[in-house]
Amino acid sequence: MSIEVRNLRKTFGRFVALDDVSLKVPGGELVALLGPSGSGKTTLLRIIAGLEPADQGTIHFHGEDATEQPVRERQVGFVFQHYALFRHMSVFENVAFGLRVRPRRVRPSEAEIRESVMGLLHLVQLDVLSDRRPSELSGGQRQRVALARALAVKPKVLLLDEPFGALDAKVRKELRRWLRRLHEEVHVTSVFVTHDQEEALEVSDRVVIMNEGRVEQSGTPEEVYEHPATPFVYGFLGDVNLFHGRIHQGRVTIGESELDAPGWADARDQAGIAYVRTYEVELAPSPSNGTSLAAVVRHIRAFGPVVRLELDLLDGGRTIEAHIPRARFSALSLAKGQRVYVSPTNVRVFAEAP
Amino acid sequence: MATMALPRPATTAPRSLTRATGESRAVRWTLTAIALVFLALTLVLPLALVFHEAFSKGLAAYVAAIREPDALSAARLTLLIASIAVPINLVFGVAAAWCIAKFEFPGKNLLITLIDLPFAVSPVISGMIFVLLLGTNGWFGSWLQEHDIKIIFAVPGMVLATTFVTAPFIARELIPLMQEQGADEEEAAIVLGAGGWQTFFRITLPNIKWGLLYGLILCNARAMGEFGAVSVVSGHIRGETDTLPLHVEILYNEYAFAASFAVASVLTLLALVTLTLKTLVEWQQKRSASDAAEPARILERTVA
Repeated sequence: MSIEVRNLRKTFGRFVALDDVSLKVPGGELVALLGPSGSGKTTLLRIIAGLEPADQGTIHFHGEDATEQPVRERQVGFVFQHYALFRHMSVFENVAFGLRVRPRRVRPSEAEIRESVMGLLHLVQLDVLSDRRPSELSGGQRQRVALARALAVKPKVLLLDEPFGALDAKVRKELRRWLRRLHEEVHVTSVFVTHDQEEALEVSDRVVIMNEGRVEQSGTPEEVYEHPATPFVYGFLGDVNLFHGRIHQGRVTIGESELDAPGWADARDQAGIAYVRTYEVELAPSPSNGTSLAAVVRHIRAFGPVVRLELDLLDGGRTIEAHIPRARFSALSLAKGQRVYVSPTNVRVFAEAP
Repeated sequence: MATMALPRPATTAPRSLTRATGESRAVRWTLTAIALVFLALTLVLPLALVFHEAFSKGLAAYVAAIREPDALSAARLTLLIASIAVPINLVFGVAAAWCIAKFEFPGKNLLITLIDLPFAVSPVISGMIFVLLLGTNGWFGSWLQEHDIKIIFAVPGMVLATTFVTAPFIARELIPLMQEQGADEEEAAIVLGAGGWQTFFRITLPNIKWGLLYGLILCNARAMGEFGAVSVVSGHIRGETDTLPLHVEILYNEYAFAASFAVASVLTLLALVTLTLKTLVEWQQKRSASDAAEPARILERTVA
């Protein structure tokens, strides 16, 4: 079932949590709402669920207006950030809750409840722990109980608030892959909130990047990563270096060097910022006719397949970061304090905000 | 211990830790002794005295004092008042705590302050308020008289006064508990399709049951033991508007010391039973709290 959100606005006192947000989630997709804290992503999720009323705007499920529909009638599954498992109930009863509270005439029989709950617990690989209390489970296990509980009512839409936020790095990675597979299996339209860009890019079909209550960009992980629409998206997805300079007729001048600025052929001496990903730089021991920037190696972190370097630019004294393959690092035989020349291989130029 | 005097190696961190916050043996013993003597003088001695005086004229006199018709009627009235006031405050306390803990609304702080009012006001003043409002010369006195409704110097007034004085117990006990638990589980229940009552009986109530029981026990103890407010509105009609605490005073003023202490010993027993129950509930509460303790549970919800 598709979800559509139109012109949503929400304020908490004087804080604008959502500012004219519109969004479409096609049926069956797994969508990530990505943004820093305070960007309004959790608020958006809670409004979609019906846990929070919007000040303005509408929500449509499968083309039908659901704005005024109460939470319990929306048939959404919601996984809370801290799971919100019922602490006084067993794992089994937690998952069965949504079926047990149904009105008598639509309530499944005890045998049917048992069957569907055990089926779900099997799906989340927790069938052997069905008698445990939530307090006796690990974080990852609780997370999976929360998921099974949300799926038990056969929701049309699954909403997850920072589903892996409270877990340690290793469990996060496992659960991420597991969520992806689960989604392929049950195929319910899902929206999850995260502030972790790697998580969003790795798990979702589509990423919606939010900042200060607005949608900055939405698209497939490849689209948003390769073609960031705004400086914010560029900076938020992956490590990036910023160079302040002047744009003039398709070229950007940074200090004494000049680089190509694709898309700015008409610019006439305008302030701009060049964004360069940390791994999209070439290092060389000698300058290459005016398109490279001189720098001094300040710090080297040489573990893993990628060597991370901190470089002090000679003009301006700013520090940039460069990630180069280990083989290239060995070939250059760089050492602390040594001079190198930096040539960006891919530059994206945005006008500086006035 | 002989080793105590030896210079300790730096590795015995726990031991040096206890020393950093500990006191010398003499100080510890002195403080403990002071506390014990104080307790003996203010709690144990009076308690023993009550029973000593109660039985000073023998067991037969004790039983007679308790089985005397006025004493029995006082006991009945005490139970009647408690059986009305406690349920009223149960409903009020749960409703107020629910509102305060789970919702944001204007005037919330005012409500919290109002709930504490009966604790802040002297019980005698509480009783006076009702007399001033509902007594013969009070604001509504003439209206009540016209309609032949008797509240002051009658049972309804005593119920009112007791309800007022015991109002904070349950709400006060539940508010911090419910605030700490947050509304997450309730929200989860509602998303899963549960209605308001289902959510309350299946989720909220099981989570607060021990705190609620604790509040009930305290509320009941106070309702049965209340003297000041009830004394002002009762009118002291023997066999009619006389509760156990009031009856103790009447007997004492009539120099019937043994009988007075005999009735007092009944109230004292009630107190001891209450304390035992309270301890049991506290113990249970702690157990279920550590049972449900979730590590790294973050309470505030950010607008992320």
